[in-house]
Amino acid sequence: MSLKDKLVSSFFAFEDYIDADSHIHEIRNKAIKTFEETGFPTKKEEAWKYTSLNSVLKEDYCVFPKKENSVEFKEVKKYFLHEIDTYKIVFIDGVYNSFLSETTHDKVDVCLMSSALSKPKYKAVIENYFNKVAKSDSLSSLNTAFAKEGAYIFIPKHREVEKPIEIINFATGNEAALLLQPRNLIVAEENAHVQIIERHQSLTDNAVFTNVVSEIFAGKNSSIDFYKVQNDNHGASLIDNTFISQKDGSNVSVHTFSFGGKLIRNNLNFYQKGEHINSTLKGITIIEDKQHVDHNTLVNHIEPNCESHQDYKGIFAEKSTGVFNGRIIVEKEAQKTDAFQQNNNILIDDKATINSKPQLEIFADDVKCSHGCTIGQLDEEALFYLRSRGIAKKEARALLMYAFASNVLDSVKIPEVKARITKLIAKKIGVNLGFNL
Amino acid sequence: MLKINNLHAGVEDTEILKGINLEVNAGEVHAIMGPNGSGKSTLASVIAGKEEFDVTEGNILFEAEDIAELAPEERAHKGIFLSFQYPVEIPGVSVTNFIKTAINEGRKAQGLDDMPANEMLKKIKEKAALFEMDRKFLSRSLNEGFSGGEKKRNEIFQMAMLEPKLAILDETDSGLDIDALRIVANGVNKLKSDNNAVLVITHYQRLLDYIIPDFVHVILDGKIVKTGTKELAYELEERGYDWIKEEAKTV
Repeated sequence: MSLKDKLVSSFFAFEDYIDADSHIHEIRNKAIKTFEETGFPTKKEEAWKYTSLNSVLKEDYCVFPKKENSVEFKEVKKYFLHEIDTYKIVFIDGVYNSFLSETTHDKVDVCLMSSALSKPKYKAVIENYFNKVAKSDSLSSLNTAFAKEGAYIFIPKHREVEKPIEIINFATGNEAALLLQPRNLIVAEENAHVQIIERHQSLTDNAVFTNVVSEIFAGKNSSIDFYKVQNDNHGASLIDNTFISQKDGSNVSVHTFSFGGKLIRNNLNFYQKGEHINSTLKGITIIEDKQHVDHNTLVNHIEPNCESHQDYKGIFAEKSTGVFNGRIIVEKEAQKTDAFQQNNNILIDDKATINSKPQLEIFADDVKCSHGCTIGQLDEEALFYLRSRGIAKKEARALLMYAFASNVLDSVKIPEVKARITKLIAKKIGVNLGFNL
Repeated sequence: MLKINNLHAGVEDTEILKGINLEVNAGEVHAIMGPNGSGKSTLASVIAGKEEFDVTEGNILFEAEDIAELAPEERAHKGIFLSFQYPVEIPGVSVTNFIKTAINEGRKAQGLDDMPANEMLKKIKEKAALFEMDRKFLSRSLNEGFSGGEKKRNEIFQMAMLEPKLAILDETDSGLDIDALRIVANGVNKLKSDNNAVLVITHYQRLLDYIIPDFVHVILDGKIVKTGTKELAYELEERGYDWIKEEAKTV
């Protein structure tokens, strides 16, 4: 039985088991129908031309893990931002783990989607926001149909979450192949502020397929900084579907650091529903072997006087492949839009590939839109310069790769995240440069 | 210290250096002058080990060892330094971190531990003062957004930090105003000793007013055609290169 058939046929059993009101049931029923009609995307679709899911879909995934699994903190400590105090929402094989988590209901809600979907006190928020910005494409629909667990973060007006929130999904490898579909909802009301770090981490090389949907709502003058750390094991594949709806004067940034995993697809969608909005999309991708990372971004400028900044850097070694598809839509009313997009890539080896495609659709006439895309190799002259100062070839190459990617780190606001990413980059490039980059 | 015998080098099918002979001893300053395209910068790059150039004939001896097959970093570890005509910008890496890396890589090659942090800091402060560089400059990204003069000053600062045996200054005077030129030249003079040597590559005699050469060589079409003392530099300034070309033809 194909994965699609397996999912569709198991839906009704799942529906019986879930505890939710009729509103959610209705959304879910509609979503499974959409998925049943469309199925998994194939390379025939323009948006999936360079990314094939065949190698991911062929596994026999366990869709509903039976038992609760646990891990020792000391085994997974390194995946947490343990240098600083944070809230933590931790899932193990898709099941919430209270032992590793630190949630709160003090002035803000940092808790679980399962609670939010079932408890009356969250009903109004769920009705207002759940599935309101997510698209009804096949993968998002699949997630919606089975949505039951994930992070639920609600920041009321004028509140600031005093410490960053970590959302971590561990896969133990107790199943030979596991499908996970976390569903996150983040709402920051007017003038609320929050920082979030998201990570999907498999603890073995067993196959894991994560199809996550995050819906993010940024109220007037709110700010949300989101950091996605994608440094998973070779058996893990991730489809990240993130949808962001912004209101007047809000600032949202998403940084995506893709260093590991088998196949990663980031569908990152920004909808600017107000004026004087700022959206930032940045990413560093450093991969090797046969890894594949696909960034598919959309920034929809709907109202006037808004900005968006995109800066994605990619370094591709061996037989790795990258995709960047950056779509910017500037609608007719969105005058005085300032949209910037940059995608720079370095191919280290002859067999590495990058497909980069800027896609600008501009319907307003008084706008500033610029985009740039480069694909190249390491600069030989720069390499000679460093080596002439006594820096060995390997270290010189690493220094240049770091320099190439570094400006993406400038906008990272949590110093510990920056330090962590820097270390990951150094490790990824395989050198110790003797100083903290 | 440096002995170059009948050096032929070039890129692919084009020969640029066509039999260079040059001997530089410890304690000496040599100037290499010549018109554009004569091979001056190629000579500097070939000594420093730029892989783009192939050495087809002859050899380069540094302290009696043939270095023609060594990697650029290995030559640096032996004490050869090249100040670039066009220093490369490295965003995200500060001047301080860069020089720390360069020094410790050199020490690693000699089997030494990293230089202790306080010693490094002291040395950086001392050398920065020598070239009148302020603190802010040291924390900026290497060469990024530097003016031409700042880039050159930074090159000489790195030279001071690395203390090479042979320093090759490739057109260090270009892009420098007269004050910066004086600061750079004074710095070079202070670093000069009986144990090291300097090879100055330049278009103009201007820099040689400050860094006084013991020998001046004129390079034309990949060959050294005339060698003299600092007076030769003045003569070139006054009369240009044509008379030397004529002289070379008749020889």
